[in-house]
Amino acid sequence: MRQLLLIAALVFVPLVTPAYGKTSHYEAVVAEPFLELHTGPGRGFPVFHVVDKGEQIAVVKRRTDWFQVRTRTGIEGWVSLDKMAGTLDTAGGPSALDDATADDFAGRRWEMALAFGDLDGASVISVNGAYRLTRNLSAELQLGDLSGGFSDGWLTTVALVHQPFPEWRVSPFAALGTGVIHLQPKATLVSAEDRTDQVGQVGLGARIKVSKRFMFRAEYNSYLTFTSRDNNEELDEWKAGFAFFF
Amino acid sequence: MESRLRVLLLTGLMAATSGCSLFGRDEPPMEDVSASAPVISPEVERRKIRTPKIDTENFELGPYWGLLSVEDFGTASLLGARAKYHVTESLFLEGTFGRSAKLGKTSGEVLGNFDLLGPDRTYQYYDLSVGYKLLPGETFIGSRWAFNSALYVVGGAGQTSLGPDDQFTLTFGAGYQVLATDWLALDFGVRDHLFDVDFTSGENKGTHNIELTLGINFFF
Repeated sequence: MRQLLLIAALVFVPLVTPAYGKTSHYEAVVAEPFLELHTGPGRGFPVFHVVDKGEQIAVVKRRTDWFQVRTRTGIEGWVSLDKMAGTLDTAGGPSALDDATADDFAGRRWEMALAFGDLDGASVISVNGAYRLTRNLSAELQLGDLSGGFSDGWLTTVALVHQPFPEWRVSPFAALGTGVIHLQPKATLVSAEDRTDQVGQVGLGARIKVSKRFMFRAEYNSYLTFTSRDNNEELDEWKAGFAFFF
Repeated sequence: MESRLRVLLLTGLMAATSGCSLFGRDEPPMEDVSASAPVISPEVERRKIRTPKIDTENFELGPYWGLLSVEDFGTASLLGARAKYHVTESLFLEGTFGRSAKLGKTSGEVLGNFDLLGPDRTYQYYDLSVGYKLLPGETFIGSRWAFNSALYVVGGAGQTSLGPDDQFTLTFGAGYQVLATDWLALDFGVRDHLFDVDFTSGENKGTHNIELTLGINFFF
């Protein structure tokens, strides 16, 4: 009987303990007279509970700038980031939930952008991923999908982007890169050959900050295709879109 | 009367200022305090500041099913996947990939007994859009249940593969999302895909292709 219990304990204890381990959430103490809990992560969701000053709460998870918190009595609700600034950590220090880099665009490392535009008469949809190397320099990878009246294709480039004034609200940038362009003529036309050429990229653009992590982005790129034919071709690209920081 | 009052005020002022200087003389000079050795040497350990690890759930991913009405080719069932990244509480970016079942025939194809689309009679698309939650709030079912929900609008662009070529496509739509739990959402959506085709009539023609979908999204 004892052996059986021991085996049962051995089997069940590992199943139970992770559940206890899971409760190691960040804990905060309400420092303002009260803290309002919303039913959802947004200003449109109603306040359904109020936590009093001095009470302890556990922070369960975060969605955009809202935190899901759990009170001692097990009530779960959502609190905005600026309201969480009115809490202290359990040692009595200031809240560690403040986004240190929230307003510091220069402090963000990863950026992603979507853009739509025109490349020499063809429509272009592109996705950019950028990694900030220094305050002013970033490495950027671009994937573009082209579709035009006469041909479809794709474009991929790697560029070094220089942003002289990253803290400006409208911040200009310049890009220098290289990549590959592939064009295939439309099937409804008398068929010409598919072709893949290397391109050089020179670009100018600007980012316009809209919110803490979101911005508009517009740019012009000039691509020089290095073809085996007599003339090197020049392609102009205008596009605009959105970008955000991780 | 006036001069007597002035004298009184003046004497009062004199008394006050001399009193101040007296108190000032009584106080030990500031330098002496800082120069003497501190009674308690501060050995306060610097607090380690660490950003707490909090689980962030800004992504949403899930499959959807629905109906797609393809201009000239009838309506077919649709299967796809949708991913969203929430930038703020209102703003999100959306990526969609969908593929229809086998499309019907145009009347021209039936009467003329030919095939416009080739062997792959499906409609396939992807698009990248920006969305905004217009009406965040709660949806009530009876008096016992309240679910978080939001009405949103989206707009973007993508590519559609139909027939011989790919077409640049604009996408507009709206949707209604109901959160069953904190991490599971039902998403009812309507999208219109607009693009030009030339292979159906020989000349460029704008088409509207409307879809109705129901999706299940998981937050992570």
